[in-house]
Amino acid sequence: MLTQTPTPLNEDALKVRVEDVQLDITFEQLKRLVSPRALTGETMLMNMGPQHPSTHGVLRLLLELDGETIVNCIPDIGYLHTGIEKTAEGKTYLKAIPLTDRTDYLAPMSNNMAFCGAVEKLVGIEVPLRAQYLRVILLELTRMNSHLVWLGTHALDLGAMSVFLYCMREREMILDIYEAVSGARMMSSYIRPGGLWRDVPNVFFDLVQRVLDVFPKRLIEYEKLLTKNPMWKDRTVGIGKISAQDAIAWGMTGPCLRATGVKYDVRKAYPYSSYDHFDFDIPTGTNGDVFDRYKCRMEEFNQSLKIIRQALKRLPPGPVMTSDRKVAPPPKHEIAYSMESLIHHFKLWTEGFKAPEGEVYFAVESGKGEYGVLLSGDGTSKPRRVHFRAPSFHNLQPINEMARGQLLADLVAIIGSIDIVLGDVDR
Amino acid sequence: MPVVVEVTLKSAALIFVLLTGFAYLSLLERKFIARLQARIGPNRAGPFGLLQPVADGLKLIFKESVTPKGVDKPIYFLAPALVVVPALMLFAVIPVGKGATFQLASDLNVGALYVVGVMSLAVYGIALAGWASNNKYAVLGGLRAAAQMIAYELGMGLSVAAVVLMASSASLADIVAAQYPEQYGGILGWFLFRQPVAAAIFVIAAFAEVARAPFDLVEAEQELTAGFMTEYGGMKFALFFMGEYVKMIAVSALFTTFFLGGWSGPFVNEAPILSVVYFTIKVVVCLLAFIWVRATLPRVRYDKLMDMGWKVLFPVALANVLVTAVLILLGLPGYRL
Repeated sequence: MLTQTPTPLNEDALKVRVEDVQLDITFEQLKRLVSPRALTGETMLMNMGPQHPSTHGVLRLLLELDGETIVNCIPDIGYLHTGIEKTAEGKTYLKAIPLTDRTDYLAPMSNNMAFCGAVEKLVGIEVPLRAQYLRVILLELTRMNSHLVWLGTHALDLGAMSVFLYCMREREMILDIYEAVSGARMMSSYIRPGGLWRDVPNVFFDLVQRVLDVFPKRLIEYEKLLTKNPMWKDRTVGIGKISAQDAIAWGMTGPCLRATGVKYDVRKAYPYSSYDHFDFDIPTGTNGDVFDRYKCRMEEFNQSLKIIRQALKRLPPGPVMTSDRKVAPPPKHEIAYSMESLIHHFKLWTEGFKAPEGEVYFAVESGKGEYGVLLSGDGTSKPRRVHFRAPSFHNLQPINEMARGQLLADLVAIIGSIDIVLGDVDR
Repeated sequence: MPVVVEVTLKSAALIFVLLTGFAYLSLLERKFIARLQARIGPNRAGPFGLLQPVADGLKLIFKESVTPKGVDKPIYFLAPALVVVPALMLFAVIPVGKGATFQLASDLNVGALYVVGVMSLAVYGIALAGWASNNKYAVLGGLRAAAQMIAYELGMGLSVAAVVLMASSASLADIVAAQYPEQYGGILGWFLFRQPVAAAIFVIAAFAEVARAPFDLVEAEQELTAGFMTEYGGMKFALFFMGEYVKMIAVSALFTTFFLGGWSGPFVNEAPILSVVYFTIKVVVCLLAFIWVRATLPRVRYDKLMDMGWKVLFPVALANVLVTAVLILLGLPGYRL
């Protein structure tokens, strides 16, 4: 470990050190963020990101290091801020959906669902059962999609590079399903207020069946490569611990919270889209460390498969869009002979449907945690205010709590295990 | 032919073979690892991607040579050479085949000592590159390199010591010969079977020495971006790359020599050229193992790596030397001199 003799406090020399890390804050503000040892030169201030291979995008961390031990880890976010919430205020309820795809771009369907759920709650739309069940299948596939990218990048961060490519191979099967139903592989915008854009094509069932057949075998391979690997355990067990109280206080949700032993899942606590019709468990951990988060997510793969199997078996026939023509676009063939349909069509695609005045909050359990949408309507066809409660943002908050006292290599494991998407953090 | 000319020609040939070998090793690695990862690997440049190393080399040569601000210039430029030269020098004493034709200086009577000594030189290049780069990630990489390589040098040196005891000679030619006593016949004479502990320690230390996954902490991309070579580009980067791969070949050649019976194999007396083929095959198998491990295992954490070097490998290697010496003194079968 480097030992440097602390130099006497010299304001000018210190200001140079502050300029060295290029933060948009004043010297006084920095003083409150780092320990006094950083100012005397005993510890090293180092930038990690925004261009760094393992910060999962453009996350920037200001690290205060004593050798390789982390004294302080200060996240600096906003490098991917795209103003999605503000943009959504200028769009009709229907046209805002593609924006939600781009928040957590690894789980587009979850975001669609949260937004559409909020709109349905605000306007008061009933969704047909078939649409609800199809939504459940797609949402669980989306959870697997999100977890696959997490597993791949997390393993890559810890040096197990093959797992990354195996995960991408499996993810391909899910992207094929997205493509079959919506035409797009990532930005699907398939879930609409009132149901789905259209019914699923026949090939959908074959593609889902392929996932159900292939995936359990692949899951066993991952377990062999990682869960039972002592080197993997060395890197994950006891790293980045957080207590249940702290996790709740910081607003953590999803697998990160459940790893601490708290059994909170929006699907069970506030069921939406008929999740209460299905039988599934909520895996929890005990220690709240990187390994428990890993175990929780790995078990969620199995639970997702279980839900998909049930939903496929009990999928009812019927429409996938509400019959309320004020919200749902009329079928093309009706427009030719029904004056009313033509008017509905015209009104929907020019002005959009109107929502009453009021405020609603609707949350779904996305792969990363509670993804909530706060929607404030003002009687027009555009929202007054949209706010996304992004799970990545809340899960990232306590990073200093988790990283303090750990090694630089552990920080990489921690960032990977909280599963952030910067599009979701910055919005 | 005067000795000087002969040695010069042989060295030139060796360096040519090694540099070509390095280039195609990088292709082999990319191809093999791609197959392990359900990919295809490079296949655009030439048939089966065979021209890929040429394309890579040309690209690196034509890169603009950037010197970052604030570097310690003489050391910054010297460091890549300090990594490559010792790696090439290692081959001076390795017998790549039967007979004087395929040997440069393998009858050097302190060959094993030379190997251990020259191998430790490479750490200077890496540590200095880290220090001279004026970059915090590079400093951390350089520090890790210095600590890691010293920790593993000891285990490796002691495992070689056990081999030297067995062969009762530090000359690499004698070590190969000692693995072919008539009474064992076949591969049971290899030190891999007569010195399994030393072989295991050598393998682990070799991974650390070459700084390859799972011990690639020196350049751990996910932690230190590129570690000590963060600030290097173009040909300077290529030299580090070359150093790593030549060293990988060298360590595989050393493992072959120390534990896999070197160039030996059937019919080498009738056709000496076969010995080179055997040697090459054994080295390639070792290299494939290197690549396979890289594709499989996660990276070890820095402090765990140091723990293992000092608290496990070093004492075990020391005990192994002691046990070997006692066994030789007792004259047990397989340990009789």
